[in-house]
Amino acid sequence: MAEAAKSGAAPAPAKAKKKFLYVNRKAPYGTIYALESLEVVLIAAAFEQEVSLAFLDDGVFQLSKGQDTAGIGMKCFAPTYRALGDFGVTKLYVEKEALSERGLTVEDLQQVTYEDENDGFKAKPSIVLIDRAALAKVMAEQDVILSF
Amino acid sequence: MKLSILINEGPYTHQAADTAYQFTKAALDKGHEVFRVFFYNDGVYNGSRLTVPPQDDRNIQKNWSELAAKHKLDLVVCIAAAQRRGILDEGEVKRHGKGEGAANVAPGFRISGLGQLIEMGIQSDRLVIFGD
Amino acid sequence: MSMLHTVNKSPFESNGLRSCLAHASKGDTVLLIEDGVYAALKGTAVSGDLWRCRIDVKFCVLGADLAARGLDKGRLIDGIRVVDYGGFVDLVTEHGRTQAWL
Repeated sequence: MAEAAKSGAAPAPAKAKKKFLYVNRKAPYGTIYALESLEVVLIAAAFEQEVSLAFLDDGVFQLSKGQDTAGIGMKCFAPTYRALGDFGVTKLYVEKEALSERGLTVEDLQQVTYEDENDGFKAKPSIVLIDRAALAKVMAEQDVILSF
Repeated sequence: MKLSILINEGPYTHQAADTAYQFTKAALDKGHEVFRVFFYNDGVYNGSRLTVPPQDDRNIQKNWSELAAKHKLDLVVCIAAAQRRGILDEGEVKRHGKGEGAANVAPGFRISGLGQLIEMGIQSDRLVIFGD
Repeated sequence: MSMLHTVNKSPFESNGLRSCLAHASKGDTVLLIEDGVYAALKGTAVSGDLWRCRIDVKFCVLGADLAARGLDKGRLIDGIRVVDYGGFVDLVTEHGRTQAWL
């Protein structure tokens, strides 16, 4: 892939890891932000930093199950979230208030799991339901917050 | 302090690139180091040498190119976003057979991978994002 | 360390400011830029949101964006600090990190 060939920068030297949070506040397909944010996350995983994702506001729609883009002629990237665990990205914070404001529950989201290497590679849920106040704390603990 | 800038929108439609430019100039004036400016999403259009704005308007691409020359700024256009949107350097033009002279990345900009964005997040003291 | 939040959209068009305020922590600063500066005006339907938060969060507004939009400083909610681009840079360095509410 061109991306890998030209990614230029080698992963950072052994330094203290930074905490990166990718904030997703936009719905998929109407604009490209959700997809291009996900593309950054996939590259970020190679840099051995602490990476987590937050879904709030319309960003929670990115995880809706049953996405079928055949009719709009665009690539469906929803399955890519399910692959994040293989890249070591295992924390997807989803804000409870954002879900309920939109008439959604966690049942409306696709399941995302990762294999926990510290627990016999058991499948564990990546989605962490979190309320707004707790998400604010998560944000406050980050070194770098990326939004697109 | 070491600062980096991420620009997610193209020129003219959104103010993001203008604000980012004014911010970058102010940071340099204050003696801060600007480690890198990264152009992503439609932001890659800031790096097209083919823009020809009216003479009484600002030339956003030229402003960046001149600022880069003056301060040795590292202006990086994301390759994946750029290929989608038709911003190519000589190497990419050849690789994709787009014909001689098709390269349109502006002076002072270079095309590279998303790793450059992650790296600047790691290396910089602060990352400031401009978009819409 | 505290956070600098930037909001660049009109509160009449987008929920960016509202969401920012709901997720900001005590000691943070919110900088209104671009169309975000409309949130700084007194007597609007959203001024109340800013009033309720102002004890915990500081507000600043980018002066060049106010001037460009013909907004006089006299129309600002009391206590909102006007900064220039250099002041924006200072806010970035004074806070531990920056979050853009795009």
